[in-house]
Amino acid sequence: MSDVWILTLLTIVTAATPLVYAGIGELVVERAGVLNLGLEGLMLGGAVAAFAVAHLSGSATLGILAGLAAGVLLATLFAFLTLTLQSSQVATGLALTIFGIGLTALIGQSLVGIAFGGLPQLSVSWLSAIPVFGPLLFEHDILVYGSFALVATVAWFLSRTRAGLVLRAVGDSPESAHALGHPVIRVRYAAVLFGGGCAGLGGAYLSLAYTPMWVENMSGGRGWIALALVVFAVWQPGRLLFGAYLFGGIGILQLHGQALGLTWPSQLMSMLPYLATILVLVLISRDGGRIRRNAPASIGRPFHPTL
Amino acid sequence: MMRLERRAVPSRVMVWGAPLIALGLTLLAGCALFALLGVPVLAALHAFFVEPLTSRYGLGELGVKAAPLVMIAVALSIGFRAQVWNIGAEGQLIAGAIAGGSVALALYEIEAWYVLPAMVLGGLAGGMAWAAVPAFLKVRFNANEILTSLMMSYIAVLLLSLLVSGPLRDPDGFNFPESRLFHDAALLPRPWSGTRLHAGAAVALLVVVAGWVLLSRTLLGFALRVHGQAPRAARHAGFRASSLVWFSLLAGGAMAGLAGLFEVAGPIGQLLPSISPGYGFTAIIVAFVGRLHPVGVLFAGLIMALSYLGGESAQITLGLPLAVTGVFQGMLLFFLLATDVLIRYRVRTGTRT
Repeated sequence: MSDVWILTLLTIVTAATPLVYAGIGELVVERAGVLNLGLEGLMLGGAVAAFAVAHLSGSATLGILAGLAAGVLLATLFAFLTLTLQSSQVATGLALTIFGIGLTALIGQSLVGIAFGGLPQLSVSWLSAIPVFGPLLFEHDILVYGSFALVATVAWFLSRTRAGLVLRAVGDSPESAHALGHPVIRVRYAAVLFGGGCAGLGGAYLSLAYTPMWVENMSGGRGWIALALVVFAVWQPGRLLFGAYLFGGIGILQLHGQALGLTWPSQLMSMLPYLATILVLVLISRDGGRIRRNAPASIGRPFHPTL
Repeated sequence: MMRLERRAVPSRVMVWGAPLIALGLTLLAGCALFALLGVPVLAALHAFFVEPLTSRYGLGELGVKAAPLVMIAVALSIGFRAQVWNIGAEGQLIAGAIAGGSVALALYEIEAWYVLPAMVLGGLAGGMAWAAVPAFLKVRFNANEILTSLMMSYIAVLLLSLLVSGPLRDPDGFNFPESRLFHDAALLPRPWSGTRLHAGAAVALLVVVAGWVLLSRTLLGFALRVHGQAPRAARHAGFRASSLVWFSLLAGGAMAGLAGLFEVAGPIGQLLPSISPGYGFTAIIVAFVGRLHPVGVLFAGLIMALSYLGGESAQITLGLPLAVTGVFQGMLLFFLLATDVLIRYRVRTGTRT
C-alpha cells in the first residue's frame, strides 16, 4: 500500500472525528427524549471558542477545554428554554443554530486569516513503527483517541449502568420514570449539557485539527449530518461510530477525488455528503418498524411534572 | 424559586403580548451587546432602527427585504401548523431563482410581455420541485423532512455555484461566475421611483390575504390545523396525512421559489453565486415570531427586514460587523420562545401554597 492511500485513510479519521463527537452527544440527548436541532450552532460555538483561546494562550489543551465549555454553555441556554420554560424543541434548536451562526461570526471576526499549528500527534512510539497499521492506528491527536474512548464509555453507560437505564427510561416514558421518583427534568438537563459539551469538542476538532483556522460558518452542515447519523445508527453507539467513518470517507472523496482520478466539478464532489445523508436517511427510515422499535418513545415531547 | 403553574385556559392577552415583551427584551439585550462591543449605545440604536427608515430609498428597501420573508413565512407557517417542518426554504428559494433565471437567460433575445410570466412559472416550478423531494421521501419512505429539506438546501447552493461558473456563465464576463444581466423585459417593474421596491411586495401582501383565507376560512386550513394538534383525530376525520404533507411542502416550495425569482428579477437582475442573505432561514423566525398567523407574519417580516437594513446601516456608519443582524434575529427568537411560556403558564415565585 502506497503512502497516498495511508494519507487518504488518515484524513478519513480527521473528517470522521467531529461527526463522532457531535453524533454521540446527540445520541445521548435523544435517548433521554430530547431532540436538539442546534448541533450546528453548538459546533460553531465550540470551534470559535477553541480557536480563540488556543490562539490567545498558545495552548491547544486550553483551546479544547474552551470548546467544551462553549458547547456546554450554549446547551444550557437550550436546556433552560426547552426543559424549564417548555418551549418547542424544534423551534429552539433552530434558534440555537441561527443564533450560533451569527454570534460566532461576530466573535470570530478578528480571528479570520490566522493560522494555528494544529494538535500534536501522540504516537505510541514502538507501535507506530509498524508499517501501514502503525501510522493508521497509533499516530493521532488526543481528540481522535478520545472519540473512541467516548463512544465506548457511552455504549457501556447506556447498556450496563443503572444511571444509563434511568436515562433510557426517561426517554421512553417520562411519566413512568417520574412516577418511580426519577428526576426527569434533571436527567434531561444532564443529557443536554453532555450533548452540548460533545458538540463543542467536535467543533474544537474542526478549528484546531481538521482545518486549523477559523472560518465563518465552518461547520458546513456537519451538525445536521450528525443528526442524520443518529437516525442512521438507530440510536446505537457502535453503529454511530461506523456511520461517522462512512461519512468521513465520503467527505474525503471531495478532497482527494482528483488524486484518485475523479474529474467531476468540485461542486458536484461537495454535494456528495449531503446526497449520501439523504440516501442513508431514506434507506434507514423506510423500515418504519425498526425506527419505532429503537427510537426513544418520547423524543421531542416536552414533559412538565405536575405533582 | 421560580415555579410554573399551568393556566386553565391559554392567556389571550399573552398570545400577542409575548412577542412585544420579547421585542423589548431583544432591544435591551441588544444594548448590552453594543456596550460589550464598545459602541456608543444610542448611536448604535439610531443606526440600527431609525436611520434606515429616514429616507425614501430606505423605506423602499424595507419592502424589498420584507417581501421574500413574508411570502415564505406565510407558507411555512401553514406547514408548521400541520407539524410539517420544512426547514429548506433557502434551497427552494435558490432552486426557484435558478429555474426562473434560466428561463430569462433562455429567452435572452426576446423582448415580449410573456417573458416575465414564464419566469414566474419557472420560479414556482423550481421551488416546488425542490420541495417535492423531501415531500416524496417523507410520504413514501417516512424520511425526516427537517433533515432532507436542509440537505437539499446545501445541494441547491452548490448547484447554483456550479451553474453560474459553467453553463449559465456570461460568455462576455471574463470568466467571472455570474450570468448575463437580464434584459429589461425580464425585470420586475419598479413602481416607486428612486427605490428598488418591486412588484413582489404587492404579491407578498396578496399572499398574506390568501394565507389568512386558507387557514381560517377553508376546510383544508382546518384539516392542517387539526393534523398539527391531534394527528389521530385528523386521521379519524378522514384527512389524509400524506396530502397535507404534500400540500405544506409544495406551498412552501412555491412561495420560496417565487421569492427567489423576485430576487433575481428584482434587486439583483442576474444570477450570482449568492443571491439570498439567508431569507429562507430567517423566514422560519418570521413564522414563529408572527405566531404562525399571516397577519402576525406581516409585522414580524417588517421587523426582520429592518434588522437586515439596520445591520447594513450599522456596518456603514459604525463599522459594526454584518453578523450583528444574525445575533439580533437569533436573540429575538430565543426571547420569543422564552416568553411563550407566559401563554400557557403563570410564573409564580416563592414556595407552593
